[in-house]
Amino acid sequence: MSTTDDRMWTARLRNRATRALPPEQLMPDRQPAYVASWIYVFGVATLAALLIVLVSGAALALEGPQWYHGSPEGRFVNSLHLWSVELFFFTMVIHLWGKFFMAAWRGRRAMTWVTGAVAFLGSIGTAFTGYLVQSNFDSQWIAGQAKDGLNSVGLGAWFNVLNYGQMLLYHVVLFPLVLGFLVIWHVLLVRRRGVVPPFEDAPATAAEPAPAPEEVAS
Amino acid sequence: MDHPGTYLHWGVIQISVANLIVIGLMLLVFVLALVLPFPRGRQRP
Repeated sequence: MSTTDDRMWTARLRNRATRALPPEQLMPDRQPAYVASWIYVFGVATLAALLIVLVSGAALALEGPQWYHGSPEGRFVNSLHLWSVELFFFTMVIHLWGKFFMAAWRGRRAMTWVTGAVAFLGSIGTAFTGYLVQSNFDSQWIAGQAKDGLNSVGLGAWFNVLNYGQMLLYHVVLFPLVLGFLVIWHVLLVRRRGVVPPFEDAPATAAEPAPAPEEVAS
Repeated sequence: MDHPGTYLHWGVIQISVANLIVIGLMLLVFVLALVLPFPRGRQRP
């Protein structure tokens, strides 16, 4: 017999979300012992760098180009935005290498791998549009080169890298929204499926649950 | 910094020294992450 709650979409969504991601799985305080390795650090290092990218980017958007090109504080935050992006890609590539050699798509983790790969590609687009909105001669030169490259592969009619307003909106609204969605989805999938175990600890078939290894506090 | 970067040419491959250094550093950090011991956290009682 269904109750009033069962017929409400909010209750159904809540129940489904709680079943998919119980609170203890969403915010765990224990991790398998094999996670105690430096190679597992680069995913969260990428997230930390992304947080600095977003905060410094918000400050740049708030104050505008006169501030970030013309004042010492602005130039500092401008550089912070650039170098946190460098760090973001640096750690993300090492995270990618580590997960590739672990075959991290094992054990029903294909979507975790795919969302990470698409987020990586989306990050490249976001970074490239960032080069276009520096509002200096460098960005003009990069836009000219990008226009020729994109036209040569037939993408020039779809969007225009010389259109500053379009590239600015791509960089500060569209791409961060898409990237943010992908990153949150990726992290939730990591929480749901767990961190991929080493080959020697993996179950014989994907349907079997992984053996419970020794655990350490995270 | 206000001058063109130094590029290396090797057949069809062309890469700036700066990018090559970054790739080298990433490889170095990747290898170090695999071989360096990780500090152990407190064990579950």
